Amino acid sequence: MTTSPSPYLPTASFAKWRKLKSSLVTLVLVVCALAVIAPLFLVTYFLLYHGASSLDLNFFTQLPKPTGETGGGMANAIVGTLELLAMAAAVGVPIGIFGGIYLAEYGTDKLNNWLRFAADVLNGVPSIVWGMVVYLILVVPFKTFSAYAGGVALGLMMVPLVMRTTEEVLILVPQSYREAAMALGITRWKVIMVIVVRTALKGIATGVIVAMARIAGETAPLLFTSLGNNFWNHNLKEPIAALPLQIFAYAISPYDDWHRQAWAGALVLMALILALNITVRILSRDRKSTP
Amino acid sequence: MGSKLAIVKFGLGFIGSTEWDPVNDRYGALPFIFGTLVSSLIALVIAVPLGVATALFLTELAPQKVRQPIVMAIEMLAAVPSVIFGLWGIFVLIPWLRDHLFVWLKHTLGFLPLFQGPIYGVSMMAAGIIIAIMILPIITSISREILRSVPNLQREAAYALGATRWEVLKIAVLSYARRGLFGAAILGLGRALGETMAVTMVIGNRPQIAASLFAPGYTLASVIANEFAEATTDLYLSSLFELGLVLLAVTILVNVAAQLMLKGISGSGPIKVS
Repeated sequence: MTTSPSPYLPTASFAKWRKLKSSLVTLVLVVCALAVIAPLFLVTYFLLYHGASSLDLNFFTQLPKPTGETGGGMANAIVGTLELLAMAAAVGVPIGIFGGIYLAEYGTDKLNNWLRFAADVLNGVPSIVWGMVVYLILVVPFKTFSAYAGGVALGLMMVPLVMRTTEEVLILVPQSYREAAMALGITRWKVIMVIVVRTALKGIATGVIVAMARIAGETAPLLFTSLGNNFWNHNLKEPIAALPLQIFAYAISPYDDWHRQAWAGALVLMALILALNITVRILSRDRKSTP
Repeated sequence: MGSKLAIVKFGLGFIGSTEWDPVNDRYGALPFIFGTLVSSLIALVIAVPLGVATALFLTELAPQKVRQPIVMAIEMLAAVPSVIFGLWGIFVLIPWLRDHLFVWLKHTLGFLPLFQGPIYGVSMMAAGIIIAIMILPIITSISREILRSVPNLQREAAYALGATRWEVLKIAVLSYARRGLFGAAILGLGRALGETMAVTMVIGNRPQIAASLFAPGYTLASVIANEFAEATTDLYLSSLFELGLVLLAVTILVNVAAQLMLKGISGSGPIKVS
């Protein structure tokens, strides 16, 4: 700035400098925006490049091969991830939805503010801490890692998110709906369950799927709850395989063939998450078109 | 929690000790606290300017047609699981950093202790970069909310005074939104501190305190992820639990601070800017 004249004496060159600076900043902002989305394309490109070439039928139908042998697949991990997601939903969805109903329909303002605050803070608790907590509650007392524990860890992580989105969509349901139902003499819980929740069902489903997409790729909480497994699991009281765990184990291994499989696993996992996200988009688009 | 044994045994010295020696059953938290702070700091240094700049671009400049795809891309970036970033980090990012960026940094900024020493690839710097990529979506989207809450009157007033576009952003928008943007950064910090999988895969996992950003390190979250399953003695396991407790305490503190800072910004009228 030392070379430019005082702003109190506007000159042609100073005005030019200001305009130039403004354009420069615009350019910088554009470059920054591009830099932010660049990793997405880089990651997607390498996922497709390494993953697609390693995907074959065996990957979906076979168990992992023992160390040293090539081939094999992640069939058990794919099924395991789906089982874990189902268990997580069984734990997280009811708690989350009832919590959201409480926030929207019952509860005092003061208590609700605290609950909301707690949910937002819990949302920021690292996933590995969830894993440790569940390890203490469900793994230590039963003396074994289990699929249950993994499902509960993921389910607990869903609660804050489901709770907040449920609350948000319930508040959008017009007050007159509630009053009309009440006026017909319907009891309060029935009004909420049959009228309010029904009306907001699509929004609640969207929130649930968003939460599922968020936890589908979680690895840290599973490390010492569901542990991972190289075989089929027929008993939920025993360790279970999961895609993210398998990707992690294979990625840090020294074998090329396992690296190849890790990429394939990552591609499948990403496809699953993408599918969940697309479902959300379709659901929320419908919601906007039919108010 | 399960950390009672370690707390009783080591007391407050646990936090300050740099020793991490499972063979002799002696444990200290300092290298991990250091690693967590440094990697998160690198991430913030990269992610906050980029995130705020992108948010500025999206709210102030971009036409609708450009904004929509970029917002969607950022949402997708947020959906990529940590472990996939880690996989990409190991096989794509690290080789590139090792062969190009780090060599260049060492060549041009090598007089700083930060950029000295041997280059392994796996390092604090690599972890910082990966975390930065992972917290960018949240910083960008919160910053966008904040910038959108700046009243248009502010911008119009500045334009009316003959300000150029950059001057409007500087005078009317950024200074108005300062507190909120700070809150967004703190929220990003909260996420950065707890990042586990991707960091574990690229940081090198060595409990040491080194000045160089090219040196491997270790974080609270990644030592838990790595060593929990192989913790053989009760004291070892209990020490890991205490690390978890430290991590939990720090992240809760940071998140509470961020929530308090962001509270009421979009709703309750203008924020005072001195």
